[in-house]
Amino acid sequence: MKAFTYERASDPAAAARSVASKPGAKFIAGGTNLLDLMKIEVETPTHLVDVQDLDLDKIEKTSDGGLRIGALVSNTALAADQRIRRDYAVLTRAIVAGASGQLRNKASTGGNLLQRTRCPYFYDTNMPCNKRKPGTGCAAIGGYSRQLAVIGVSDKCIATFPGDMPVALRVLDAVVETVKPDGQRRSIPIADFHRLWGDKPEQDTVLEPGELITHVTLPRPLGGQHFYEKVRDRASYAFALVSVAAVIQPDGTGRVAFGGMAPKPWRVAEAEALLPQGAAAVTARAFQGATPTKDNAFKLPLATRALASVIAQAKA
Amino acid sequence: MKFETAAGTNPIDQMKVVGRAHDRIDGPLKTSGLAPYAYEQHDIPNVAYGHIVGSSVAKGRISSIDTAAAKAAPGVIAVVTAADAGKLGKGKNNTAKLLAGPDVDHYHQAVAVVVAETFEQARAAAALVRVDYARGKGRFDLTEALKTAPLVGGSGGPNSGEQAVDRVGKFEEAFAAAPVKLDAEYHTPDHTHAMMEPHASIASWTGDELTLWTSNQMIAWSKRDVALTLNMPEEKVRLISPYIGGGFGGKLFVRADAIMAALGAKAAKRPVKIALPRPFIANNTTHRPATHQRIRLGAKKDGTITAIAHESGSGDLPDGGPETAVSQTKLLYAGENRMMAMRLAVLDLPEGNAMRAPGEAPGMMALEIAMDEMAEKLGMDPVAFRIKNDTQVDPEKPERKFSQRQLVRCLREGADRFGWNQRNAKPMQVRDGPWMVGMGVASAFRNHINTKSAARVRLGRDGTVTVETDMTDIGTGTYTIIAQTAGEMMGVPAEAVTVKLGDSSFPAAAGSGGQWGAANSTAGVYAACVKLRDQVAQRLGFNSADAVFESGQVKSGNRTASLKEAAAAGELTAEDHIEFGKLGDEWQLSTFGAHFVEVGVHAYTGVSRIRRMLAVCAAGRILNPKSARSQVIGAMTMGVGSALMEELAVDRRFGFFVNHDLASYEVPVHADIPHQEVVFLDEADDKANPMKAKGVGELGLCGVGAAVANAIYNATGVRIRDYPITLDKYLDRLPEVA
Repeated sequence: MKAFTYERASDPAAAARSVASKPGAKFIAGGTNLLDLMKIEVETPTHLVDVQDLDLDKIEKTSDGGLRIGALVSNTALAADQRIRRDYAVLTRAIVAGASGQLRNKASTGGNLLQRTRCPYFYDTNMPCNKRKPGTGCAAIGGYSRQLAVIGVSDKCIATFPGDMPVALRVLDAVVETVKPDGQRRSIPIADFHRLWGDKPEQDTVLEPGELITHVTLPRPLGGQHFYEKVRDRASYAFALVSVAAVIQPDGTGRVAFGGMAPKPWRVAEAEALLPQGAAAVTARAFQGATPTKDNAFKLPLATRALASVIAQAKA
Repeated sequence: MKFETAAGTNPIDQMKVVGRAHDRIDGPLKTSGLAPYAYEQHDIPNVAYGHIVGSSVAKGRISSIDTAAAKAAPGVIAVVTAADAGKLGKGKNNTAKLLAGPDVDHYHQAVAVVVAETFEQARAAAALVRVDYARGKGRFDLTEALKTAPLVGGSGGPNSGEQAVDRVGKFEEAFAAAPVKLDAEYHTPDHTHAMMEPHASIASWTGDELTLWTSNQMIAWSKRDVALTLNMPEEKVRLISPYIGGGFGGKLFVRADAIMAALGAKAAKRPVKIALPRPFIANNTTHRPATHQRIRLGAKKDGTITAIAHESGSGDLPDGGPETAVSQTKLLYAGENRMMAMRLAVLDLPEGNAMRAPGEAPGMMALEIAMDEMAEKLGMDPVAFRIKNDTQVDPEKPERKFSQRQLVRCLREGADRFGWNQRNAKPMQVRDGPWMVGMGVASAFRNHINTKSAARVRLGRDGTVTVETDMTDIGTGTYTIIAQTAGEMMGVPAEAVTVKLGDSSFPAAAGSGGQWGAANSTAGVYAACVKLRDQVAQRLGFNSADAVFESGQVKSGNRTASLKEAAAAGELTAEDHIEFGKLGDEWQLSTFGAHFVEVGVHAYTGVSRIRRMLAVCAAGRILNPKSARSQVIGAMTMGVGSALMEELAVDRRFGFFVNHDLASYEVPVHADIPHQEVVFLDEADDKANPMKAKGVGELGLCGVGAAVANAIYNATGVRIRDYPITLDKYLDRLPEVA
């Protein structure tokens, strides 16, 4: 870990200004991902702006019947909130499928959106990695890629977004609210929040330097049956090989997003329109043009089977 | 004491203290965090922190090391590389050097250590050491390397002098003639020990004498290897290892933490502590090597095996050894015509070496699937097929009988308890909602190894009994069973015995490895206690032959005295060891069991989950059923890991294990292990040792993986011969769902 300076912010815009004004500065909230990466020098911030004192730890009703979640609401508190459990069960199910109780106690809503990939080559500083060190190449291409992405990748990077919570947020059409260093606020639909790697795999999201997540807003409840089917090699404390977040209506229509497949939660409108035709139709459209490796080609049939499981449960 | 003839009746047979389910006497220390592990010897003053720099290439030569930036970093006291370390030797049990330079033998091999005032300073400065390498061409592909790999005999490797191919009868002819045959290949991957406590040491020099607090299973071996590596006399080295947070074979040997701490401490002129960071453990230390195994079985239609061949190939660094995956097949089943062979390829991956039940663990993963496949071909129940081919003699040397062998009873009793008769022999017949349910069985087998073990026993003036031995407790329960043994011998409760372990200034014991620790170390304590009893009797003027030690009293004829009286005139001390004569050549000493597993495989996603497990073990006298049970359920859990998820992924371009942390190398969590049951048959093996005990901690692992594989087959009809059995390997063979 490289030495760094540290401050605790008391105001969101001031925090944003502070990060924007210092090259190499970063925000820290729960630190469950950032500190691990700092210890092995995958992340080497020169300055940390701790946002934990900001007044962003509440879940409030919005005027149009939705909920506004403060960026510092812990994963545990969010999953346990009665309104979330009742009206947005897919979100609770996705959160409790991730990490461990201890980590969820510490991890924040904003931080969860900013988890970095778990690609093993990203984690090993001896290895080339365009995401960690732009221009060095990608060791994962042609290497061990069982966990990595099958779609939305580029010849620079095939990393997967590892999270669970954002997959549910994608199905719910959540909106990420931010404040910029100049105090301006913006609302980013979750669909646009995470980037595909393209030529800039070092940039995970569309956030600008110093831009701070303040809230995540959920539109009014969708009704329907909520599912989060997470497939992994062990029963707990493991990242998804494939996950399916779905809200299925009584008529068989609904919404579906996939985790573990791409640089971002993967949801394709044209594909989900095919839900009444069954899982195979949905995934054929959703993963059209996928470019899996030999190691991770199984994710495509697995996604179909996981969705089929969800549809069967919805019908049962 | 030399153990040369079968044990007669002795005080252990009373089983007043030994054989009881005594709580671990170190339990309260462990659960309250008060047991000081190697890194936690906080009363050593002025300790500095070391951090190791590992090689970033797998094979090559260091062209230059620039330590200037590291030396100038805040808090740095010293930086040591091979260039500053002086001439180093190599431990007998190390294949690769522990400090690279100029040649690099494997990825993350230590190339330098940075010593600083704080851990954080040492770690940050270590990242500033700049090493340039001339990258060499390495051999990293086992499949490729095995094509030209030579045959080797025995675990000692190419130079062991052991026969490369074991043959009995005419295998090829018998196999060709057999009406029912199986010829199949099985793969097991590289495994890392993944023990909870990483390798850790504190080194402190006083003049030319070195004290190492280190997490180590084998004190005497490692004391010798520290001396060999540092080119110093063995008597100047002291190792202290009172508590060890798991080892599984990864701490049988001296590793870089100890040597680099010693070198760092010498340079810094201060005690230095080092713990290996988790990402170092897979590539810097040893691992269980991957195997490619071929098994051929030929049988008569009635299920009698007539031909059995087991060949295994593995790889290691130059001068390393093979994974002896054929060893159990030499002994487990009958069959007139036999052939066993091993090949050893040279690989430039990190050093392969022992991990819990080396040989048998991966060997049984293959053999016991083969037995399941063969039973199906024969139309026989897999339990009945195994029973049919039981042998009470060593099949290679029929004049040697097993000292005790109750495999058949383990299988029968296990089948009864598990409800094996409810199993449908035809796969894919049982459903529970979306879950396809299946049952699997495997035999368990692991040899028992006898080895010399010494101890010292003191009877204090206050009547207290103290045992001192360099034996280790790696979480196995050694403290407790030694207290029970000395308690039984001296006629006091286990609570009245103080046990001191893991210090090389104590008599050298068997150490913890190969499931030999419990039986041998307690036998050594037994030997010392026999001597102490003689001394007590002599002091009291009793005839030692008929003295009875019970309830803190010594009785002889109509005379009674307290133990305390015997030591009133001064402490009594007795030291002895157990050593073994030829009994182990005349009799085959092995342990047996049967594993039963029920799994569910999700018909949609292919996820497999264990539903219940049972192990029935026959392993001689069980010294403490509670700690023995803990050993076996831990081993069963490890078996589930090897069956379903554990694999070090090899990058064949860069030559290293990629998934080198516990997020990416998955071992089972609680949610993976729903219900485990362990049954011990009531045994006492008088050919083994005076304790009549054998090992059990590795038996619990051997066969588990195959029982899981066989259960998955029974559930799904899909046979996977390539571990771990992850869903990607069989998803396309599950029923259509969409």
